[in-house]
Amino acid sequence: MFKTLKAGALALALLPGCALALEWSSAAVAQAAAPAGPTVKIDNFVFGPQAITVSVGTTVTWINQDDIPHTVVANDKSFKSKVLDTDEHFSFTFTKPGEYGYFCSLHPHMTGKVIVKAG
Amino acid sequence: MSDHDKNDHSGQDRRGFLKCMAWAGTGAVFTVSGGIASSVSLGQAMAAPAKAGSFTFMQVSDSHVGFNKPANPDAAATYREAVGKILALPQKPDFIIHTGDITQLSKDQEFDDADQIIKAAGLQVFHVPGEHDMLDEGQGKAYLDRFGQGTKGAGWYSFDHKGVHFIALINVANLKPGGMGSLGADQIEWLEKDLAGRPSSQPIVVFAHIPLWTVYADWGWGTDDAAQALGYLKRFGSVTVLNGHIHQLTQKVEGNIVFHTARSTAFPQPVGGQGPSPGPLKVPTEQLHSMLGITTATFVRGSQPIALIDSTLAA
Ligand SMILES: [Cu+2]
Repeated sequence: MFKTLKAGALALALLPGCALALEWSSAAVAQAAAPAGPTVKIDNFVFGPQAITVSVGTTVTWINQDDIPHTVVANDKSFKSKVLDTDEHFSFTFTKPGEYGYFCSLHPHMTGKVIVKAG
Repeated sequence: MSDHDKNDHSGQDRRGFLKCMAWAGTGAVFTVSGGIASSVSLGQAMAAPAKAGSFTFMQVSDSHVGFNKPANPDAAATYREAVGKILALPQKPDFIIHTGDITQLSKDQEFDDADQIIKAAGLQVFHVPGEHDMLDEGQGKAYLDRFGQGTKGAGWYSFDHKGVHFIALINVANLKPGGMGSLGADQIEWLEKDLAGRPSSQPIVVFAHIPLWTVYADWGWGTDDAAQALGYLKRFGSVTVLNGHIHQLTQKVEGNIVFHTARSTAFPQPVGGQGPSPGPLKVPTEQLHSMLGITTATFVRGSQPIALIDSTLAA
């Protein structure tokens, strides 16, 4: 769904006089990404940004924008999402400073990192 | 067909490997044996196994029942068509091997639907899971509850059929960050024991979901610890490795080992590295069926490599 909207927005952007439709598209996209705080997008089998730095207490949200399911699993298993189908998201609040490497347990070549800074 | 096999086999003592990838056009059939491809009709191909002890089995792969995205809005329907192709074969195969990604999300309903569809073939089905079949809370428990009877570990097993030894390996469990497919030490140890004492003349068929050779590392299309497993297979005169996962035909011959990946019955994926990701490839609707398919494997006693014939769902 997300992909379709994105593609639609792109096509419309090439046509003059479609500003209204374009706005509607972005609104729909914003709605899908409900939770506040930093987000990591899963797009084309890549976590983006691949590394993210946050302060303690921050909730990070991952959103799957692929047509294929993915997961978010900490290398040390300190957090683990259920399977995320298209447009589904997973949030985790980091309460301890440190570096948290994570990966997709379906496609383990997909890796990312959350760096949590004290205070 | 068997003539092709013999001719092709004469060139097989060549070391190193041959790699080829081919798409069969509408209605065409793609034959591979010993790394050399030739086109024959499915009728011709199926006329072959008349000799005593010869038999045919089918490979289906990556049915992804539950998938409904633009690349194929109804993966159950194309899986049903694939089963229809098996039912329409002039000679009844002995059984079916499914090389994984039976379902899209490991849901009970998806497993049930997949079961109903394949049951229509009226043949015994041997499964291995793909990573999409490990997505339940129990990370593979749903699969094992259905198909795990008599298997070891994450579901590996072996059996003999008319003198051929079949080995089902699992390389989608306990995957490591940054890695590819993985067999794990326990399974490799089991494999060593399973093969010990078997005569090198016994034909072997190994099947697993993710390719057991590295097709494209950047997309995880390979198995990290496959080399050790393949080491135990090297002494055998005829080894056929059947995989899925990458939703396209690839073929490679290394010594006496023939590696082959099957098409999906659900959706195609791009050639490794040709595209932004290994995600589903959206093709024009009229092209989809020519990019989905099944594989017919024919074992003819006395003529070494098992003949693999890939046919599409088109025509
Ligand atoms: Cu993934």
